[in-house]
Amino acid sequence: MRLHKELRNHQREIYFFRLRLIISVVFMLILLLILLSRLFYLQVLRQNEFNTMADKNRISVVPIVPNRGLIQDRNGVVLAQNYSGYTLEISPSQVADLEGTINELSTLVDIQPKDRKRFKKLLTESHTSNSYPIRSRLSDAEVARFAAQRFRFPGVEIKARLFREYPYREQTSHLIGYVGRINDKDFEQLEASGMGANYRGSDYIGKIGIEQSYEQQLHGTTGFENMEVDANGRGVRVLSRTAPKSGATLTLTVDMKLQEIAEQAFGAYRGALVAIDPTNGEVLAFVSKPGYDPNLFVDGIDTDTWDALNNSPDVPLNNRALRGQYPPGSTIKPFMALAGLDSGKRAASYSINDPGYFNLPGSRHKYRDWKVGGHGTVDMFKAIVISCDTYFYGLATDLGIDTVHEYLEEFGFGKKTGLDMEGESAGLLPSPDWKRRRFNQIWYPGDTVSVGIGQGYTLVTPMQLAYATAVLANDGVGYRPHLVKQTAADGTLMPAPIDIDLKLQPEHLALIKRAMTAVTLPGGTAAYAGAGAAYSFAGKTGTAQVIGIKQGEKYNAKDIDERHRDHAWFIAFAPADKPRIAIAVLAENAGHGGTISAPIARKVFDYYLLGKEPKPVPPVKAKVEPEND
Amino acid sequence: MIDRLQQRFMSHLDPMLMGALAALMLVSLVLVYSASGSNMDRVLSQLANIIVAFAALWLVANMPLHYLIRSAVPIYIIGMVLLLGVAFFGEINNGARRWLNLGIATVQPSELMKIAVPLMMAWYFERHEATLALRNYLLAAVLLAVPFALILRQPDLGTAMLIAASGFYVLFLAGLNWKIIVGLFVTALGSAPFLWHAMHDYQRQRIMMLLDPTQDPLGKGYHTIQGMIAVGSGGILGKGYLNGTQTHLEFLPERTTDFIFAVYSEEFGLFGNLILLAIYMFILWRGFVITANASTYFTRLMAGSITLTFFTYTFVNMGMVTGILPVVGVPLPLVSYGGTSMLTLYLGFGMLMSIHSHKTLVQS
Repeated sequence: MRLHKELRNHQREIYFFRLRLIISVVFMLILLLILLSRLFYLQVLRQNEFNTMADKNRISVVPIVPNRGLIQDRNGVVLAQNYSGYTLEISPSQVADLEGTINELSTLVDIQPKDRKRFKKLLTESHTSNSYPIRSRLSDAEVARFAAQRFRFPGVEIKARLFREYPYREQTSHLIGYVGRINDKDFEQLEASGMGANYRGSDYIGKIGIEQSYEQQLHGTTGFENMEVDANGRGVRVLSRTAPKSGATLTLTVDMKLQEIAEQAFGAYRGALVAIDPTNGEVLAFVSKPGYDPNLFVDGIDTDTWDALNNSPDVPLNNRALRGQYPPGSTIKPFMALAGLDSGKRAASYSINDPGYFNLPGSRHKYRDWKVGGHGTVDMFKAIVISCDTYFYGLATDLGIDTVHEYLEEFGFGKKTGLDMEGESAGLLPSPDWKRRRFNQIWYPGDTVSVGIGQGYTLVTPMQLAYATAVLANDGVGYRPHLVKQTAADGTLMPAPIDIDLKLQPEHLALIKRAMTAVTLPGGTAAYAGAGAAYSFAGKTGTAQVIGIKQGEKYNAKDIDERHRDHAWFIAFAPADKPRIAIAVLAENAGHGGTISAPIARKVFDYYLLGKEPKPVPPVKAKVEPEND
Repeated sequence: MIDRLQQRFMSHLDPMLMGALAALMLVSLVLVYSASGSNMDRVLSQLANIIVAFAALWLVANMPLHYLIRSAVPIYIIGMVLLLGVAFFGEINNGARRWLNLGIATVQPSELMKIAVPLMMAWYFERHEATLALRNYLLAAVLLAVPFALILRQPDLGTAMLIAASGFYVLFLAGLNWKIIVGLFVTALGSAPFLWHAMHDYQRQRIMMLLDPTQDPLGKGYHTIQGMIAVGSGGILGKGYLNGTQTHLEFLPERTTDFIFAVYSEEFGLFGNLILLAIYMFILWRGFVITANASTYFTRLMAGSITLTFFTYTFVNMGMVTGILPVVGVPLPLVSYGGTSMLTLYLGFGMLMSIHSHKTLVQS
């Protein structure tokens, strides 16, 4: 028995103390268990997840942009190349006062108002990149000046980069096109087509011409570097590297020397020229005049220069060879004649008496020949040589529009030729069906009459006409026209399938070719251009009306505004017996094909067939010839 | 002769505890080398910290128990004076007033209070052992509450909580009525909203971050997330010594101090963690054995409080690194780089050894 006030029992106290101590230990062990489970959870159950997060922390994937493939002509002359240089680039997100910074920079580096405008245009067009060039192609002195002051310019950097350069400038502008900086629209398209990853790090993309059409081959494959970075984003070391694959070097079918000669032969005239090897579809020259300097577009063009190019009455940005649509004029006649022969509607010997005009049965409306008073007795051969309109008015009427449409379509008119360049126009081959859809009008017999001499609704591109000429030259067999001979990646030639095989009668072909050859001989419409040629060549002149001439009026070039004058066509192939080159030449507002366009073709032939370069001549002035088509 | 000298020098040092402390010292030096980016100066500086702390341990371990009891009141009073000094004249650093410049040295009085508060409370309970009543517990609680409030105001939530814990362990081991403990617990829960209101913004953010660290991965949640990534990516066997990417590429904050456990976990994995925890468990086991066998009321309370506080230290640090507790700024005991906490901890172990050795001397 213990008293209530007895001193505490020592043993009992120890017992209670140890009890509390044991409770503490149990509590501690529970917490320890929680800690262990947490460690197990983090280090075993979620280890992979945290490993990935640690790698994402430390590994930064840096794209390595491949070098863009070169473009060279068929003989290895470089038409588009890369050179390394320096740009001064601004990251707008890191610069508070953009205007002020550019002003400051202009004290170190030459920055023109047009550079500023170009820079602003870049900013509005693209939001995908984080730095934009204010100046490219810095001189060494400018680089040195900036480098010494760079601490003053956070967010401004000098970058060493490869630039695209087009050494032939205007001469290849419509052929090669150009690359430009990737804008928002390009970016969306790349993302949509699943190509986005390959363009990580790329600044440029082909915008037009070969650069655009062969973008995939030229760009190459982007490489990657897995870079270990520290918490401050500084690179520590390279963990692995996948080398980029440079873009393929493109070898074109074009002969640059031939291209230059063709260019220069135009003199001051606007126009287009396409030359094709009819035996394989290779495009030997591809000219559209005037051109522009594609180098201006590479790092963004300033608005003033752009406006000047875009608003020029000469429309230098228009690729006339590919997209220009003109009435074919009399160049359509050989094809019409073949249609007449092949359909059996005309025999070669059939002749008419040409009074200088044509009447539809039961109509008094006169469809005039170009020659007042007419050509007298005209058979098919003569009709081609002297380009008799009356003969072809009648032929078209006898064939009927459906037959005409059928035959011309077989030569590739009214549809794209399939050239390996994007943006080709299809031209226009009219039909009653088309007229109903387009104008909601019925087809009149008079419409057929105009089609017979390549006027009326018919429109062709220089590319189409060159191709049709090549098909004719190659006895009705057409190889798909192409500009790229081979891509160096695999070395194999680009395929040129036979797209057209007309199975024409040899005697029909022979007649047409004979007639076309006579065109370039004395008495023919292109006798001037054919004079003294060391080879025989076949051709056909044409005049495409720009404005209509009223009944009873006479066309007088001198009275007409220069830009309303007729376009001069010439199609030809040579040598006439075994053609190696077929050509279509268009000179805008030049008047007559025989005078202006045919000599251009002759110069091209002379060089291509004989290696003969034209004598340097003063530029051809736009002179007006009396109408004698 | 040498044996005698060794006998004289070592007699009061507990060989088991010393072995465990030596093991953790090794871990500390090895980890500081890795965490500091192979900075040997840091390692030597840490070694100096340990040597100073060991000297203190040796002194205290050799001190007879009555010195320890007698020192309780003066140490507590000195500590309180310094704490008040901090409150009025302390240096402000990172928005907190924790340090006091005494002319010869700058001290952090709250560290001293980690020892002084349980010492004072144990002394108080020993004095009133025979007639313990509720008011004694209340008065002891006041001895705890005043320094706690001062430290909380500095503000230093981590230290304040550790001191509160050490004081609470004394009260608990002294036999505080269960009803009161439950009552306190309920009151604490009830006052949480008010406490929340009284907290500083950064303290609230830390607690918010614990609930969802992904809310602000680059800002306030950065510490927790990077700590968890380091621990988790260490996996079972770890990435190997000096190979922790989180550590060496500097993604991990406060690598040598509060987050050194993340460095260890990343490089040595779960396997290493089990070994480390085993060392801590061994120290705790030894602490509990000494506590259970302590001869007087004072030494029992003191030894129990030191041991449990050591566990709290360890758990809070590991808990915050692994993301189950908020980031409160508590180093990993005996491993993190730093002299002050090392000194306090070694002092505590010195007392444990003294309690043990002088008891056995008395018995023999």
